[in-house]
Amino acid sequence: MIDYFLTEEEQMIKELARKIAEEKIIPKREYYDETQEFPWDIVKVMAESDLFRIFIPEEYEGLGGGVMALTLAVEELSRGCAGIALAFAGTALGTFPIILFGNEEQKKKYLPRVASGEVVAFALTEADAGSDAGNIKTRAIKDGDHYVLNGTKQFITNGGEAGIYVVIALTNPEKGARGASAFIVEKGTPGFSFGKKENKLGIRASATRELIFQDCRVPAENLLGKEGMGFIIAMKTFDYSRPGVAAQALGIAQAAIEEAARYAKQRVQFGVPIANFQAIQHMLADMAMKLEAARALTYQVARNIDKGNTKIAKESAMVKCLASDVAMEAALNAVQIFGGYGYMKEYPVEKLLRDAKITQIYEGTNQIMRNIIASQLLKEVR
Amino acid sequence: MNIVVCIKQVPDTQDVKMDPERGTLIREGVKSIVNPFDLYAIEEGLRIKERMGRGRVVVMTMGPPQAEDALREAIAMGADHGILISDRTFAGADTLATSYTLAKSIEKLGSPWIIICGKQAMDGDTAQVGPELATWLNFPQITYVSKIIDMGDNRIKVERLTDYGYDIVESSLPCVITVNKEINEPRLPSLRGMMKAKKFKAEVWDSSSVEVDRRYIGLDGSPTRVVSIFAPPVKKGGEKYHGEPDELARHIARKLEEIKII
Amino acid sequence: MADQKLIVIVENCTGCGICEGVCPYGAIEVVDGIAVVYENCTFCGICVESCSFEALELVGGEGAEKKEAPTGYSGIMVYGEVLNGKLSRVSLEILGVARRLAEKRKCDVTALLIGNDVKRFAPDLIRYGADRVIVAERNDLDRFVDERYADIFSKVVEQYRPEIVIGGATAVGRALFPRVAAILKTGLTADCTDFDIEEETGLLLQTRPAFGGNIMATIKTEYTRPQMATVRPRVFKPLPPENREGEIIEFHCDGYSPSFYKAVIDVLVTEGENVNLEDADIIVSGGRGVGSKENFKIIFDLAKELNAAVGASRAAVDAGWIPYPHQVGQTGKTVSPKVYIACGISGAIQHQAGMKSSDFIIAINKDPNAPIFDIADLGIVGDLFEVIPELIKEIRKRRGN
Repeated sequence: MIDYFLTEEEQMIKELARKIAEEKIIPKREYYDETQEFPWDIVKVMAESDLFRIFIPEEYEGLGGGVMALTLAVEELSRGCAGIALAFAGTALGTFPIILFGNEEQKKKYLPRVASGEVVAFALTEADAGSDAGNIKTRAIKDGDHYVLNGTKQFITNGGEAGIYVVIALTNPEKGARGASAFIVEKGTPGFSFGKKENKLGIRASATRELIFQDCRVPAENLLGKEGMGFIIAMKTFDYSRPGVAAQALGIAQAAIEEAARYAKQRVQFGVPIANFQAIQHMLADMAMKLEAARALTYQVARNIDKGNTKIAKESAMVKCLASDVAMEAALNAVQIFGGYGYMKEYPVEKLLRDAKITQIYEGTNQIMRNIIASQLLKEVR
Repeated sequence: MNIVVCIKQVPDTQDVKMDPERGTLIREGVKSIVNPFDLYAIEEGLRIKERMGRGRVVVMTMGPPQAEDALREAIAMGADHGILISDRTFAGADTLATSYTLAKSIEKLGSPWIIICGKQAMDGDTAQVGPELATWLNFPQITYVSKIIDMGDNRIKVERLTDYGYDIVESSLPCVITVNKEINEPRLPSLRGMMKAKKFKAEVWDSSSVEVDRRYIGLDGSPTRVVSIFAPPVKKGGEKYHGEPDELARHIARKLEEIKII
Repeated sequence: MADQKLIVIVENCTGCGICEGVCPYGAIEVVDGIAVVYENCTFCGICVESCSFEALELVGGEGAEKKEAPTGYSGIMVYGEVLNGKLSRVSLEILGVARRLAEKRKCDVTALLIGNDVKRFAPDLIRYGADRVIVAERNDLDRFVDERYADIFSKVVEQYRPEIVIGGATAVGRALFPRVAAILKTGLTADCTDFDIEEETGLLLQTRPAFGGNIMATIKTEYTRPQMATVRPRVFKPLPPENREGEIIEFHCDGYSPSFYKAVIDVLVTEGENVNLEDADIIVSGGRGVGSKENFKIIFDLAKELNAAVGASRAAVDAGWIPYPHQVGQTGKTVSPKVYIACGISGAIQHQAGMKSSDFIIAINKDPNAPIFDIADLGIVGDLFEVIPELIKEIRKRRGN
């Protein structure tokens, strides 16, 4: 068994997240996957256990853990259910802009709320702006000491449930990529409403909604950083949050391997457990190898970020891309190993397959990830 | 205003089984856990403190040095203080000697507002320590408490589970209550609690710290003694049927007729 | 300073490792061919009994005087529990085993009734085996107040000095007997499933399960009297009632004035759903396979058809489909009905611990690999939602409805 030389605190966080996954998430995951209800009771448990404090700095009522601690927590929670874990992971994504770019007042106002368990959402994507994030149309027009937001965001994780939203909108359309800004918008602000909850293939316990802004007046003090920093904030945020997506994928892959191996040991065909057959063994070996490699890289990137290395855009993209591909393959193989039973909703692996898919798509599709990796690589090599 | 919770560290009973052929215990690595019912007792103690806005949750356990781990779990959940009652002379105690030692320890602690125990321990399964503890202390007792309806400095009103339903019972305080699973849902430890627990060192009381009459402690104070252990009769499965629902129903009905149920 | 020790007699120790195998606490291990005792030894004594080479000895504290059992105690006393105006069947079951023990001990069987207006149950107790019945009646005893009952009970024992006292391991018994045992400073063994009299000593051998039923232990109370024990309902069978002669003695004692206050304010009987699982002849139990609170109706329907009590697995209770008093298992109730029908219950060890001593177990489950089938006398692999309605039809047919 490989030792990741976790610190005592990291070990504690991992154990606690695992305990929550085993005792609270796993018993209810089928229910939330079926009903698509938002798992508020589990969010409450996570909050009371101080999980939300992990990624908040100590000065703002957090525990000052970093990306590594967050990664460990997300991985364990996702092993239970990626959808339920997303309420937590998505909050971290939405909070990073405030942690990285917020001023003192903004941090003082919002971070303690998150530390005590308030859900946050990050809003960039629009109907015509997915991979082409630069194509967003949501406008933010300065009016006195407010900005007026108009536009629609799509496919927003935690949309409608979160109390705090970080929204990227165009303050200066002529400037193109330098014309976007980031705003903190609270739920309940007049002119801010939500579309219906999406009916999804996977991560169904996660709430995904449209955000609709109609002359929504946001106080100017809610501008994060300066006008024009919108995309910088978004890209920097993704550098921090991509290991989190990787962690989600790692959790899914881990669950896939465990379920498949356990099943293979007890399923008897031709008089022996199918775990005896090389075909099955080789599949399991491949799953395990790739998972371990993805995990090692993910942890390494997380530690780099925590140590202050800011030049890890390429590697962040790598882990997101690698781990999600590994998760997808592991889930597919798990279903294959389960055979006919793998196809049935009564058995847990079909859900893993449905959940894994999104990790290859959101927070930058794996195609975009490969673009980023290649472009960085080509810059680096002389 | 001490809210005293008495807990016990027990082997995980899933790990403890007997091999019927060899008459030996099969242990897959003895994992020690906090007795499951005691988690409900700790939780109730914490809730009383939160509800009433006062009181100090003191968790006590009698056991070998490693029982400190059980106290640590309670601290991680939010208990204020943990006391380990440990001494070679206390060991080997049956429920009477255990409850005596606990009683003397509670007398030493002083100011008990209420004493909470879990309904029973998963190794002994006797459910005796709670009532015996109350008797040694000359406190009233209420067993199988499923809800605290009302509580003040001097009185408590509870619901207790009976074989036919529930009783509403009132008692003066201090008293000893034993709780069952209906009373609450134990919280998971928090990270801050776990950090506090990491640094926690139990206050250890041995036979020189607690005033006891030697006749009532340890082996000497235990009127009951285990003289042998053996494997329970192994229940073996019988016939298993597949088929259409109506066929299956007939199997069952026939059997019920055979054993004169219908 | 008294210091009890578990001693390894090195000359006798062969390093066979049996002690290591039997220790539930991992406190003794064979190291370099000799048994070594660790700090976490609880002096339970199991290893001492298991060692074939007499290489282990539990030594009591230095201050331990050579003990002797008190004299002047004889007879077997059985507690007649009256619950909600009815004599509990477990009291009659205990009278059955008490008679057997009395024969070996060549002594009498006395039953004890405590309460208000309970004298009328004395004739039944005599019919089922009591040679005499002590009736302690008083106005303030109409509801079970632990301390009051324990006070009277201990006074009765002090006067009549029975050698053995047995009661039901009911909710009342488990509250009352420990209190009495502590007042009398005597040994109490809970949930006994068997009794015998040790030939050489005449001591009561008390057998009971421990570790959630994974182990059976035999216990003795050597140096204190009375030897007290509680017994689970439905473990023993009552003797057939006979026309017997017996004495009815009224016991009077003053009211109890403790320094504390205690009262039963209200008695709430749960109607209809028959939560008294421990007394039931038949139990129909539902588990995770039932799926929802509404679906539990099918379990209740079958139970109604069979006049059975309704039980549940922990999964069903935790999911909120049925209240906790119905839970069967290690952290719920332990039952041993004539028939236990487990529907949609996978049969985890913790659930099995609560019902495996049932006379006849029927399991209905879709999953042929469910562990419940390992202990089911009759295993039905099927969908409970299809089988149960058919079963209800069959039962009605056979009843001629």
